[in-house]
Parts: sequence; C-alpha cells; structure tokens
Amino acid sequence: MSLINDHIRQRLSEKFPEQLTGFEETYGMLSFEAPRDLNLKVLSFLYDDEELKFRFLTDLCGVHYPTQQEREIAVVYHLHNMVDNVRIRMKIFAPVSKPDVYTATGLFSAANWMERETYDFFGVNFVGHPKLKRILNVDEMDYFPLRKEFPLEDQTRIDKDDEMFGRG
Amino acid sequence: MSEQHIKLPEGSIEKTTTTLNLGPTHPATHGVMQNILELDGERVVSTEQTIGYIHRAFEKLAERRPLAQITTLTDRLNYCSSPINNMGWHLTCEKLLGIKTPKRVDYLRVIIMELARISDHLICNSIVGVDAGAYTGFLYVMQYRELIYEIYEEICGARLTTNMGRIGGFERNFNNIAFEKIEKFLREYPKVLKEFENLFQRNRIFMERTMGTGAISADRALNYGFTGPNLRAAGVDYDVRVHTPYSSYEDFQFNIPVGTTGDNYDRWLVREKEMWESLSIIEQAYQKVQDFKGAEAEIYHADVPEYYLPPKADVYTKMEALIYHFKIIMGETDIPAGEVYQAVEAGNGELGFYLVSDGGRSPYRLHFRRPCFIYYQAYEELIKGAMLSDAIMTMSSLNLIAGELDA
Repeated sequence: MSLINDHIRQRLSEKFPEQLTGFEETYGMLSFEAPRDLNLKVLSFLYDDEELKFRFLTDLCGVHYPTQQEREIAVVYHLHNMVDNVRIRMKIFAPVSKPDVYTATGLFSAANWMERETYDFFGVNFVGHPKLKRILNVDEMDYFPLRKEFPLEDQTRIDKDDEMFGRG
Repeated sequence: MSEQHIKLPEGSIEKTTTTLNLGPTHPATHGVMQNILELDGERVVSTEQTIGYIHRAFEKLAERRPLAQITTLTDRLNYCSSPINNMGWHLTCEKLLGIKTPKRVDYLRVIIMELARISDHLICNSIVGVDAGAYTGFLYVMQYRELIYEIYEEICGARLTTNMGRIGGFERNFNNIAFEKIEKFLREYPKVLKEFENLFQRNRIFMERTMGTGAISADRALNYGFTGPNLRAAGVDYDVRVHTPYSSYEDFQFNIPVGTTGDNYDRWLVREKEMWESLSIIEQAYQKVQDFKGAEAEIYHADVPEYYLPPKADVYTKMEALIYHFKIIMGETDIPAGEVYQAVEAGNGELGFYLVSDGGRSPYRLHFRRPCFIYYQAYEELIKGAMLSDAIMTMSSLNLIAGELDA
C-alpha cells in the first residue's frame, strides 16, 4: 500500500485541477508549485486526506530569484508522510514588492519559528502569524540579508583581482 | 544594546510575578541563549526564548563557497557531533553529483558517525546529571569522549571542528593507531557505560527529578517537528537511519529504542539505550571493515577526480592531476543544476540539507534543517506550570546546542 509519487500527483490534480503546476520528480522527490493564495488549502488537503497523510512539516524556507518578475520570492515546504515514508516538496512564489503568504502555524506548530526565520531573512510576510518578528538577527535590522541584492563580499574592495578566475 | 531589550513592561512595579533573565550567559543554558521567564514563586508562568546570539550567517556564506569549503561550516552546527554534520553534507553533495561511494567508505563513515553519536549523547546525558546535582558521572565519561576525540584526531587531525572526509570518501585511509583506538573504545566503553547507567538509571533522586517533568505527547511532538531521541522518547519510532537509509545503514542490525511518556527521564533512557545500539553498530561496521582483504582494504574514497584532490605526487608529474588540483582548490568546478534534500540522523534528530544549485560553482541556496532550532520552540509548552528547577533540567535534556540553534 505504499504511496507512489504518480498517485500523489493524481490525487492532487483531481482535487485542484489546473491550479497546481510544475510537477517534477527530482532525485526521487515529487515537487510541485501551488498558487500563493491556495497554500493553506493544499497543505490542509495533504494533511487531512485519508491516503496522503502528509502530517509532518520537515522544513520551510525561502529562496530569492531576483530575475523572475512578480515571483521573486519562493517559499519551499518539505512535507513528510511518516506512515508510508514519502516526502514531497511544495513551492509557492510571491512578488518581492508584496510578499504576503498565509501562515501554516494553524496546521503545524513547527511552522512558527521556521516562518519567523523566513521572515527574518527574506521578508516574507506571513499573514496571520501569531508573532512575526525577527529571530536570528537583531530586531533593529531594516533589511533582509539572504536576498540576493546583498553581496557577501564588499564590492568596493580593490585589493583583490578576480578577473583571471572568471569571477570579475 | 538597545532600550527594547531592557524596557520594563507596563505596571511592572505592581505586578505579582517575577521576571527572570536566564542567560544569554548562564551556566545552566550550556550555550548562548536567553530565556525570559515569568515566575510565580518557583512556578514558571510563561517564557520567551531569545536565540541568535551566535548567528554566523552560514547560509549566506555558503552561497559564495565551492562545495568542499562548506564542510567547515557544517562543523560548527552541532559541535558535539561534527562528523555527522560533515558526513551529512558530503552525502548531500554526492546525491547532487550522482556519486556512488564504495562500501568500505560507507562502513568507515558509519563507524565515525556512531562514535560521534555516542559522544553527543554522552555529553547530553551526563549534563542532565550535572543539572540534577550529580557531577561524578560527567567527569567519569568525559575520559571516553576524550578517547573518541583522539580517534578523530588520528583520522583527520582535528578534534572538535573536524572537517572530516571529502566528497566521495576520506582524505586518507584510517591508520593502525586509529583502528587500535577504536578497538580500545569497543573493549572498555561498555563497562564504563554500564557504570554510568548504574549511577543514574534506578537512582531514586534522579528518577524523581526527571520523571513526569518536561513531558510531551507523541501527537504534539510530531506537530512541533520533533525528531531524533526527543521524538522517540514520546513513543514514535522514527529514525532516518532506518526510514531512509544512507551510507549503507541497511546493512546493519540495530534496534530503535522508544519511550512512552516523552518526559526528561524517557529522553535520558532513549539516549542511553541508543549508545548501546551505536556500540553494536560500530562493532558490526568494524567487523565488516576488517573483512575487506587485499586491494579492497585500501579503498577509502570514490573515483571522482573533479571533486576529490589527487595525490600530491601526481600533481607535480601528471597534467590531469594538476588541472583537477587547481580547479578544486580554486573552486572552479561547476556543479550540476538541481535541487536535493538529504537528511541524516544527527545527535539531535533529522539534520536536513536543502541544496538548490543553478549550475554555478557554489550553491544558489543552501538551507540547513537544524533539529534543535525546530524543537526548541516547544520549550514554552514543555515547562509551563513547572518548577524553575525542572525547567533547567528540561533545557538540558532537550540537548540544545547553540551552534545548531543559530546556524
């Protein structure tokens, strides 16, 4: 009775026809994209469904793609069905100008700090979060450091010449 | 420090409860973290955890480093069991690059990971003892952590932040001294562990201090994202080594100890029993390693010239070796585009690496799923209504490692 990726995909497509996109299987893990305003509906369907039972939130994090217009910030959920031992990955995309995403804290208590961390580093505004404030960085910080516009090295340094190494 | 941190709440003069700042540097926190406890007498009314005091932006740093240089960052996550983090990172890279490691490498890795697990659990369990007022056990088992560190030292030259192994295997074969020390450990440690157990397991004072405190139900533990010994103490037999075997864990026979109540005593017991299981895994792996004969007994890395440094003698005499050496050292090798999630069973639970690559030389994004960070948010629920002294015990029995909390 083990759950296979094709079946999960079929169940999801039946429930949310044409709304879920980008199904792919990378390194054995099924991955798909959900519309931003449907993230809670999809998560709770995955949680409650008799067959799917994705009831463990393994990980939640953000990724910044500055080149994608209107979908710069991705929020990535890793979910785990511990009964059948299957993992899936769900992504939602939000524009960097208004990164509002519904919080998953109602479903998973674990999402609380993970969302605070994602807010801290990417500025994702989790709507409905009980206490959305910075967690690892200082409260006074006024930028979101893991966004790609903040280069790691000081770009004004002149003592290093990286031209020969293709990093110019 | 800004005024936000020291601002007294409204009406704090008239209030009947006491606010206590536990940490950031307090002997009982065993790391740099702060708890703002609201106390009614000795009862904890509420708490607010503040973390991030040793945040070092590893995820940002990793975005400019080639894969091999990220290993040193993983050392500093859970620094009580760095080799597990190192191996987890190598496994992630190998998954992305599609590298298949030889069996002997897998078994050597298993030995090291289980030694690291023992040293991790040993610290946690003896610290729980220290917080209950029993210092003896801590000092006694410390000798054997020292022996484990000596084994690390023989293998990679470092003790705490090990940077052990390379993508595809180890940088050098285990030498005879390392094997002798592993044998010595296998010979002597069971006796010590037994004596350590005798000190605590049925000790009336210890049992009464730990039983029924800091308990969590299996349901809540899962909802809070608990993994590792803390989840198993609540009665869920989830172990990454069994559910998604990596590094040939499927070749070994071992049990997963589980508790029932999820309290401090069960957490202590689960860790204790896991040390026995780890010992048995090390014995099996050691036997398997000894069974390799001839040329097979010399294998300690996979054949991946793009990522594994060639021998120095070849670098001076062979053109390909020189090119690969240069490319690896300068971090000039492009990695394939893709997304991987690889988890290992670290000392505290599921340590996950989510690696997004866009085909460049360093990861586009790397996220560490740190078990500590995720389960520490349950601390408030665990200690609500408990005595202050139980709150201290709960903190140490959760095994909070500041490095893993903050990344």
